[in-house]
Amino acid sequence: MPRRLAACYLVKMSDILRVENLTKHFGTVKAVDGVSFGIPEGICFGLLGPNGAGKTTTIEMLEGITEPTSGRVLFKDSPIDRNFKKKIGIQFQSTALPEFITVRETIELFSSFYPSSRSIDEVVRLCSLEDILERDNRKLSGGQRQRMLLALAILPKPEIVFLDEPTTGLDPQARRNFWELIGRIKAEHTTILLTTHYMDEAELLCDRIAIMDRGAIMAIDTPDVLLATHFEGVLIRLPYDKCCDESLADLPGVDIRDDVLELQTTTLDTSLKALLAAHVNLEGLSIHKPNLEDLFIKLTGSSLRT
Amino acid sequence: MLFRQFIAMFKARTMEFVRDRGTFVWNLIMPIFLVLGMAFAFSGGESALFKVGVSGTPPPGMPFMGMEQAQFIPYEGADGLANAMQKLERHQIDMVLDFGNSQYAINAESSKGRLLRTLFTAQQDSATGTHTTFTERTVIGRATRYVDWLVPGVIGMNMMFSSLFGVGYVIVRYRKNGVLKRFKATPVHALNFVAAQAASRLVIVLATSVFVYAGTNLFLGFMMRGSYMLLLALTTLGILCMIALGLVFASRMKSEEMAGGLLNVITFPMLALSGVFFSLEGSPPILRTISYAFPLTHFTEAARKIMIDGAGIAQIAPNLLFLGGATIVFLVLSSALFKWE
Repeated sequence: MPRRLAACYLVKMSDILRVENLTKHFGTVKAVDGVSFGIPEGICFGLLGPNGAGKTTTIEMLEGITEPTSGRVLFKDSPIDRNFKKKIGIQFQSTALPEFITVRETIELFSSFYPSSRSIDEVVRLCSLEDILERDNRKLSGGQRQRMLLALAILPKPEIVFLDEPTTGLDPQARRNFWELIGRIKAEHTTILLTTHYMDEAELLCDRIAIMDRGAIMAIDTPDVLLATHFEGVLIRLPYDKCCDESLADLPGVDIRDDVLELQTTTLDTSLKALLAAHVNLEGLSIHKPNLEDLFIKLTGSSLRT
Repeated sequence: MLFRQFIAMFKARTMEFVRDRGTFVWNLIMPIFLVLGMAFAFSGGESALFKVGVSGTPPPGMPFMGMEQAQFIPYEGADGLANAMQKLERHQIDMVLDFGNSQYAINAESSKGRLLRTLFTAQQDSATGTHTTFTERTVIGRATRYVDWLVPGVIGMNMMFSSLFGVGYVIVRYRKNGVLKRFKATPVHALNFVAAQAASRLVIVLATSVFVYAGTNLFLGFMMRGSYMLLLALTTLGILCMIALGLVFASRMKSEEMAGGLLNVITFPMLALSGVFFSLEGSPPILRTISYAFPLTHFTEAARKIMIDGAGIAQIAPNLLFLGGATIVFLVLSSALFKWE
């Protein structure tokens, strides 16, 4: 059963963006249901959750694209207004670009929208656009397009950059390249808000993570603290066919779900021997340090990738 | 700041049009072929063989007046006579019979006129009893061909399609595939964006219309009795009106198929009823009233008045007023309704 944590948000003085009881209903569907949190300045904040969790709706309310049904968004302690758009950069989950113009021309176009923006050379360097500058927008591959869209997002030297599922649909190599680009932006100490359903991405890039499911936030903290709070030691996982329920009844920390057996333990040797003694078949056994995916399963009962 | 944004968006959209080879070529070649093709196809004749203008009362029983192949059109008074003479010059009628002054007039360049003269004088010579002698009067003037009548309508039709689809359809497509949403995320104001789209389309359609006119003029040599400046001003206003109508469509629709379908529903009746291909003279009054609700009707009518009748601004004022008023209404409507998403 999903457990909801009471709304807790940090009221630090250095919160650049704060969300208070944000709600969005689409008819009877509660896409976002009373979400509250704060984002300290200069960090990379991640919203992690499966498809349909409400991440995109939440981030779009933060960007000022979608109107909340109730609740408010505060930028540096004041509600967001028209000027907010001049100070932020946004990369949407899926964007088409105007056709028949080149990457360079698109950057120049978007440059004109802001009172001040980075030079083309700087943006090209930051986002590795050298090889595609003169290419028509229609002829960009997925990875190239994402780099281009990132360039448009950081063009106005924004105070906050919003990235909505930036590596979804990219091949592993392109994803790694993109993470490197985000690293360059992090080095400038720009505040980044990132949504993703990839646990490895969240763990790698984010300083703080909010785990989201069905419109609500399950947990917020740094990845290390989150894992330490919910897990100890290592996680043993193996396929299980309900053969030895009685002998396993005395073993502490055993969690049987469908046809998978999970055992958290700080004493690996003892636990393995106990399993053998219970005549459990060890075929397909795996042992790993708990990660965010395991945390998500523990909190919500379902996996990140549905 | 605003202007810089406007210029940048204007430039981007115009470049997009020019580089889209398919659309660019289609926009230029299609209307040219249309004009030439139509001129060929519709070079047939009209129903009555002769048209004779009549001023004054003919003596009763005059055989000539009983000719079945001729349509006799009365023209009252001195003004009517002058009007008739003007039409004779333009080959819109073939002969004028002025019974008040015992005169007949034909157009020296018209073979129909010469034939009618032969018929008339033969009839006069063979008539029994007393008859008055008619003096002859000749005028000269160039014929108005079907092409001269058709061209304003075809150019207007091209303007309509180009404006409606170039603005309306494209913005809907941008909305559907997320380009508008990306613009929404920037400080650009919706009105600035829309104005840039409209301006780009205005320049493009105006330039192509001028080009098509000039190009086909080389082959067909159009009749132009009025002022080119006035025609240009009328064309600009007509394009603006169509663009504004396109913007109304573009203000909210998200589906290209629906936009395309709706645009066709509007353009097809406009094409049929606005007098582009055939005159609505003599059709039921209800159809004529409906046709005056279409901007294309007003443009075509005013353009013909300028080109064929040499009309000045006073004569086309009602058409200009309609076009201007419709433009304002459409603009207000589209800006009230516009949404980025």
